[in-house]
Amino acid sequence: MNHWPFIIASYVLTLGGTGGVLLRAWLAMRAAETKSDELRRKR
Amino acid sequence: MHAFANPTRFLSIAKPLTPWLAYGGIVLIAIGVVAGLFFTPPDYLQGESVRILYVHVPAAWLGMGGWTGLAIASLMQIVWRHPLAGVSARAIAVPGALFTAICLATGSIWGRPTWGTWWQWDGRLTSMLILLFLYFGYIALANASEERTSVSRATAIFGLIGAVNIPIINRSVVWWNSLHQGPSITLKGSTIDMSILWPLGFTVLGFSLLFGAIVLMRMRAILAEARVEARMRRLAEA
Repeated sequence: MNHWPFIIASYVLTLGGTGGVLLRAWLAMRAAETKSDELRRKR
Repeated sequence: MHAFANPTRFLSIAKPLTPWLAYGGIVLIAIGVVAGLFFTPPDYLQGESVRILYVHVPAAWLGMGGWTGLAIASLMQIVWRHPLAGVSARAIAVPGALFTAICLATGSIWGRPTWGTWWQWDGRLTSMLILLFLYFGYIALANASEERTSVSRATAIFGLIGAVNIPIINRSVVWWNSLHQGPSITLKGSTIDMSILWPLGFTVLGFSLLFGAIVLMRMRAILAEARVEARMRRLAEA
């Protein structure tokens, strides 16, 4: 049995999943902090 | 830990720390992945499929480590009412669930060429699946909490009780017969040859740093959203 399709699937899943959650966390943080800073400046 | 009870003090440390953790994690993962895929020999029994080790083990470690952190934060919330405990537990839950799911998926993929099956209802796999369901339950309870910057007492108690599953996962391969191999890395050393083992240190540390970066980002987002909500409330009342 060729093992490489299994290895590639594992790495794609891990790196894709981690990258996706990292990106989502970064976008949420950036949006929330930008909104908070804007409100502070308006005060 | 009470030195970090003030969110402003916490943010003064978290803001410069976040990029260091993120970039450091990415570099270490890149080194570990390249080495694991191209510079280590295949295992004499498992062949090339042993390379799944370099993503499966960090995922297992972070799935279990995540819940341990969540349980410690829950304890700090219940006992000391630490203001950031609920925020950190809420922030840990999603990446913890992600790495538990990755552990299960990569383990299943590894099982097919190694054991000849995708799944086996044995102690290790079943207790890890229970951990994933515990994460789902925690996330649902936390989202149901009225407090945006913390979690309800019931959610914190759930986080604490769920920690019972962690030693069960850890000892499952010793207590019950399993297709899953026994503990190959213990405090006494490793049964894995160093020619295969060394990139694992890079990926475990790299994914751990990235996990830390994700948790800090999520905590910063929760705290910023709370500041916005508080300001909007004050504006509405004025």
